[in-house]
Formats: sequence, structure tokens, C-alpha cells
Amino acid sequence: MSKYLLNKFLYTIDRSPELVERYRSDPQGTVAWWETEQANRILNCHNCESSTWLAFTGPEREALAAHDYVTLFELGAHPFLTLTLFIALFERDYEEPLAFQREYATRLSHWTLPYPDIAT
Amino acid sequence: MATVAAVIASTHHPFYYRASTATGHDRPPFADEWVAKIESFRQTLTRARPDVLVMVGSDHFHQLWLDNMPQFLVGKAPFYDANFYNEEREFGLPRMLLRGHEELSGYLLRHGLEAGFDLAFSNELRIDHSITCPVITLRPEADLPIVPVYTNIFAPPMPQPRRFVQLGQAIRKLVESWPSDQRVAIIGTGHLSLELGGPRQFGPHGPDPEFDRKAVEWIASADLESALAEVSLDSLWEPGNATHGFMDFMLMMGVAGENVKADYTDSLDLFHTMEAYFTWYPKGAA
Repeated sequence: MSKYLLNKFLYTIDRSPELVERYRSDPQGTVAWWETEQANRILNCHNCESSTWLAFTGPEREALAAHDYVTLFELGAHPFLTLTLFIALFERDYEEPLAFQREYATRLSHWTLPYPDIAT
Repeated sequence: MATVAAVIASTHHPFYYRASTATGHDRPPFADEWVAKIESFRQTLTRARPDVLVMVGSDHFHQLWLDNMPQFLVGKAPFYDANFYNEEREFGLPRMLLRGHEELSGYLLRHGLEAGFDLAFSNELRIDHSITCPVITLRPEADLPIVPVYTNIFAPPMPQPRRFVQLGQAIRKLVESWPSDQRVAIIGTGHLSLELGGPRQFGPHGPDPEFDRKAVEWIASADLESALAEVSLDSLWEPGNATHGFMDFMLMMGVAGENVKADYTDSLDLFHTMEAYFTWYPKGAA
């Protein structure tokens, strides 16, 4: 399990307007590209210096490719990162203010404390 | 020596800027009351006539990331650009540029070492809404130099609540020992009960009104004994999964001084979270 890498995906997509749109329109392709090209980039290092060991597990890859924020919550992705990115992806499809955020809460309503551990 | 002109603690609600500037149909029904409360709160800083602002907040995974995460960090730079693309996108926050106060930053860093705090530092820091929200609410002219202090309330493992209190106490002593005739306001923002990205998010009130009621009492009377007795890293998950931001309030209670009652207290029950505002005027600050 790689909570860190899930978070790194959410973090790097969220900070780029272009990648937000790409992930919205082509989630599977974006996840595949990102895992191949970006997952091992050390963000604050020169591009020639990368890690060699980072990869998603099957369920992590599937959850990201399905825009499945409920499973991301259950896998221990950082809830702030998931929420922020998914608001950017889908809030625009809802007419009422905060309607997407409320639906998001409802879809997680089977959860009581303790929530999944988010420590990385 | 420098004068601590005011100690101010508040929540930082990123929707305030948009709510307060919206007009006509876009203006939410609670905006006028919120603006009135903020304008009254702003007077408490204006009255203190500060020259420099020490600003305590927490980066929300903007510049600070899990590959290199400091627990406590002080910015030391002549300028700080502020707010990020995703804050513009979600909250409509403006891009800002704030002046830094390198001398006071350097003083906190060097003398913090002697006070038992090996603080991380940054010479190029872009700050986010945990610091720009209180600039917008308390000093919208954004004309005073700042010293940003960032705490980790976001990425476990986090420092213990007691450590936040100790850092607040150390910051107060350090500012008071700074050889300068400047008037310093120490401002910090955090959260009461808050849930983000979980089942209790965006309800009609904060996720735990009972915690909020107690927390406002603890802060208003700087009741550190009660707060420390009830709050732990584990317990803070219960009122809401983002409630560790309350530790920044605990830091500010450390700055204010144990059992020193706030001179100004106000709160506002909003959807999603409770807003709360506190100001202390230390003795001799007039």
C-alpha cells in the first residue's frame, strides 16, 4: 500500500490547471501516464534524479482511474487532498452551491470513527 | 525591547473574501453579519498600532510536501508571494505580495535555538490562506511586514499539543526580548471542530458544536490546563478529521499567557464550521 504515492498523485494533479482537466476527461489515461512518467519524480530535485521504486497497488490504480473518492478515503489518502481535487473536478456539474460537497459526505456516511489511518 | 502590542487568535475561513465582496444575487444571506463581525474584530488590531505582524498558520500542502515536511518553520525573506492557483480556483482568493521582516525572522530563528526550538526556515516561501485570510480580515491594506510561522497540523505524525503551547510561550518571550522599539502583533489562526473530505463535512454547523463551545471557553480564558487535559493527538480526530488545526489556537493561548482572559471575544455559527475571534492586549501595550 502506498498512501504517499496516492497523495503525490492528488497533490501534483491538483496544482496544475492542465492536469486537472486532463484527469477529468481521461482518468485512466492520466493515471497510466502519471505512474509511468511522474510517480518517481522527486518534486524538489533536478529531473535527472528520480526515485526507482514507487508504484501503485492494483486497488489504488483502479480507484484513481475510476474517480472513486470513497475508495480513496478508505485507502487512507489524505482527505484534504482528495476533497480539494474532486471539488475542482466535479463541483461545476452541480447547480446548487456545495451540492457536490454534500453528496460527497453522503457517499461516505457509512463511515464512523475511527476513520482509516492517513499517516504516511 | 519590542512591545507585544496585541495577541490575536482566530479561525481562517477561506470563503470570507468571496462572501464579503459578492453583491446582489451572489451575496450569501449571512454575509452582512459576517462582515460586521470582522470589521469590529479588525478594530482590535488597528487600535494596537502595530509595526510588524508575526503570523502563525499552516501550509495546506502547497509549498510544504510529504517528501520534506517540517514540524515548525519560520519564513525569513524580504517578500512573500501569497495564495496559490487552487485557492484562486476554489475560494476566489487574490494573488498577494507581502513584505517580510527579515530581522525579526532571524531573531526568532537564532534565539529560538537557545529557547529549545530548532526551527526549520525558508528563504523563499509562498504563503497560503492560513496567513492571507487573517491579513484580509484584520489588515486588508496588507501594508505591514510579516514574519510567517508555519506549523504542521496536517500531516501525521504531528507535534504534541503541549509542544504547540510551548512554542507559543517561546515566541512571546522572544518577541519581548527583541532589541527593537517596534510594536509587534502576534496573530495566529486555526480551527475549531472541522471535517474536510469526510462524512461530517459541510453540515449546517461545525461537526461538533459541543467541542466548539468548550474550545471557545478555553481560548477566551486561556485555560491551558483544561485544554491540555482534554486534548491529545488522538482525541482531536473525534470532533472532526481536520480539528488538529485547534493546536494553532493552543499555540496562541501559549502566546497570550496561561489564564489571561481575552479582552475581546466573538464567534459566529456558520454552516460547516464555527468562526471565533479573540484579542488580548498585554499589560503595558498601550
